[in-house]
Amino acid sequence: MQAKALEEANRQLAICNACRYCEGFCASFQAMTRYRSFDDENIIHMANLCHNCQACYHSCQFTCPHEFDLNIPKALANVRAESWESHVPGSVAAEKIQSNGWIIALITVVAAIMFGLIGNIPWISDENFYSLVSHNSLVAVFTPLFLGPLLILFIGLYRYWNTVGGDWIQGRDLSAAFHAAGTMKNLDGGMGQGCNYENDDRYSQTRKWAHHATMYGFLLCFASTSVATVMHYGFGLEAPYPFLSLPKIFGVSGGILLTLGTSKLLYLKTKSDPKLGVSDRRSGEYGFILILWLVSTSGLLLYWLGGTAAAGAMLNIHLASIAAFFLTLPYTKMAHGFFRLAALIREAQMAKA
Amino acid sequence: MPIEIPKIEPELGLIRPGEGPVSYDVIVVGGGNAALCAAIRAAESGAKVLLLERARRSYRGGNSRHTRNFRCMHDAPKGMLTDQYLEDEFFEDLLKVTQGNTDEPLARLAIQSSEECYDWMQSQGVYFQESLSGTLSLSRTNAFFLGGGKALVNAYYNRLEDLGVDVHYLATVLDVIVEDRLFDGVLVDIKGIQSYIRGRSVVLASGGFESDKEWLTRAWGDAAKNFLIRGTPYNTGGVLKNLLDKGADQVGDPTQCHAVAIDGRAPEYDGGIVTRVDCVPFSIVLNKNGERFYDEGEDVWPKRYAIWGRLVAAQPDQVGYAIIDQKSYNLFMPTVFTATKADSIPELAEKLGLPIETVAKTTAEFNAACQEGEFHPTELDGLATKDLEPAKTNWARPIDTPPFYGYELRPGVTFTYLGFRVDHDARVSFSNERATNVWAAGEIMAGSILGQGYLAGFGMTIGTVFGRIAGKEAAEYASQSA
Repeated sequence: MQAKALEEANRQLAICNACRYCEGFCASFQAMTRYRSFDDENIIHMANLCHNCQACYHSCQFTCPHEFDLNIPKALANVRAESWESHVPGSVAAEKIQSNGWIIALITVVAAIMFGLIGNIPWISDENFYSLVSHNSLVAVFTPLFLGPLLILFIGLYRYWNTVGGDWIQGRDLSAAFHAAGTMKNLDGGMGQGCNYENDDRYSQTRKWAHHATMYGFLLCFASTSVATVMHYGFGLEAPYPFLSLPKIFGVSGGILLTLGTSKLLYLKTKSDPKLGVSDRRSGEYGFILILWLVSTSGLLLYWLGGTAAAGAMLNIHLASIAAFFLTLPYTKMAHGFFRLAALIREAQMAKA
Repeated sequence: MPIEIPKIEPELGLIRPGEGPVSYDVIVVGGGNAALCAAIRAAESGAKVLLLERARRSYRGGNSRHTRNFRCMHDAPKGMLTDQYLEDEFFEDLLKVTQGNTDEPLARLAIQSSEECYDWMQSQGVYFQESLSGTLSLSRTNAFFLGGGKALVNAYYNRLEDLGVDVHYLATVLDVIVEDRLFDGVLVDIKGIQSYIRGRSVVLASGGFESDKEWLTRAWGDAAKNFLIRGTPYNTGGVLKNLLDKGADQVGDPTQCHAVAIDGRAPEYDGGIVTRVDCVPFSIVLNKNGERFYDEGEDVWPKRYAIWGRLVAAQPDQVGYAIIDQKSYNLFMPTVFTATKADSIPELAEKLGLPIETVAKTTAEFNAACQEGEFHPTELDGLATKDLEPAKTNWARPIDTPPFYGYELRPGVTFTYLGFRVDHDARVSFSNERATNVWAAGEIMAGSILGQGYLAGFGMTIGTVFGRIAGKEAAEYASQSA
């Protein structure tokens, strides 16, 4: 990691630690009280606990133009992004994609063209979904596309775990971490009043709900694919599935949630103050939300278009967006979900000690 | 007698005193806690309210930005407040710190009203949090604002916006026009443009004069040059002086300010809470000549930090140096600036710019006077020096384990005591006669209740209680006179 982000965070946290008025907001500040001074690993840990709710900035007496010039949301966001980039193999790719969101779009377009060329897809479908593209070729393309990036991500997580000095994980660490992640505890402002984000120093629950929709929508979509895989291989039940089947119920509800959630997150991001977010990587954040939006929206449209002529084109877009999503997964903001969870697990370990 | 008008740049359709339409029901001068409570309360009564804040938006809120809690009476656990804190105990605590220098009816009014303030503040969008780490001793008496005073200030300004109150930032009130105890309007400079704004009533809540170094110098002499101001640079007491000159009745020692010992490297203004240095009870404190001058272990720090501002102010060049060793380094809150660190006492003295031999001698004498015994950092442990002048009566352990750490201390001024005398309605008086439509709240009148000393969180209690009273009364008067 570059020393600059860590140094700046260290400078600011030393001032925070002599104040601590923000202790009630979130886990980052509760973690802070354990330290008298900060090593790199402490700072990286606090940075990955931070959800960028920005409450500490708006509550701070020492923000610019004060000479202390505190901006903890930004300082921690910079350390956080660098911590993902530096821990996953292929740091250069991570840095490039985080700071150039258009790369994700480019990959999507290229993938769509490739699917179009290679797939030799007939434009008119019949009853069978796989007449559009064979199941085996789908598996052949997506299995390495899925497992490779996941492997890279998990190597990054393993390195991260070593950096922050993580212990063996126990059940109660996991349950505390999943509870915090599942409820977005650290976006509720500490007293349930919500966070500051899109509306200056007023608290709001909007971002939390938009994130819930996105996260649970994503998980439902993932569940849909997983269930369908089991049905396909385990029970020989092939797509298309009826509306009242698990893959459809999960997929459609998840898709709708994911489309709504990402739309709202995109809107909120345009209303948020770039000064309080990560430096130089805003386009990567937009790119990540957009690709999630495209995955779910194209999936829903694909279902809605059904047997029409446009379905083939939509399938291309859908598959290309999924490919781009997976291919870039360890190098986009998708990393935040995994590193955040790791930080919450580590925090559960340290809080009980 | 015609009202004398200061020089006015006739920029914005100027209305002269006594002429033209009344623009506002209530004008609130100031933008901190008391002003905000007054403005909210007046607007809730239906008054058309204008609030004039001297600072720019990011610095709004005066010294309230730097606060973190308010002291609150309660007869049973309440929200974040544990156990109970009854009126008599509260009043006893006040008597102790002020040594009786208080107006009992006003003090009791503030204390009795503090309990309902808790709920009222919550209803205005203020959130409370558990007592901060390291402040467990306050969890019974003081309710902490989630995010501190600036978060409270933000909540109140948002409330004002919702209530349709007009707020001007960078608005300096130059003259409050009062004739025969009747307020007419204010001459105000808003972003460089002067105008006269009329109001049916006025609430003065613009703080003390602690940021006016010239004023402090008149009281303290040249020593004031070396004072640091812990809070807002905007509290220069202009409105206070303006009305005292016009015969408003005053209260509080005009020469006194409340000062604590803070880190000597703090910014000249607005260093706030983080500039505190809590290591004094575990240290020896030397002046620039390398000599001790007071019992560092007289009492627990929360009860003694306030006298150290004055003690340091009385030393040459208004500076002190707290010196500790490795044993004590983790016993107090982290400091904003890192300590000067050295492996020996002479090296530390050199780094701090102190006379090396004297420091070595003072430290050796102190160490020799330390006695065997049990050390308890959180309570009076009676671990005292023997045959040493001045004695250290608690936590006296030899300073002998490297590395050694040193902190420069300077007086940090928190607030001043001089203010308006008010009655139970927060009404200002002139020559012992109540003004018709002038109220005051917050630091500008707190000297009535806090004649000397300080009780943590009580400034915010006074501001909230009397801000609300002033706002209510001012709005009532405005509606009756309309």
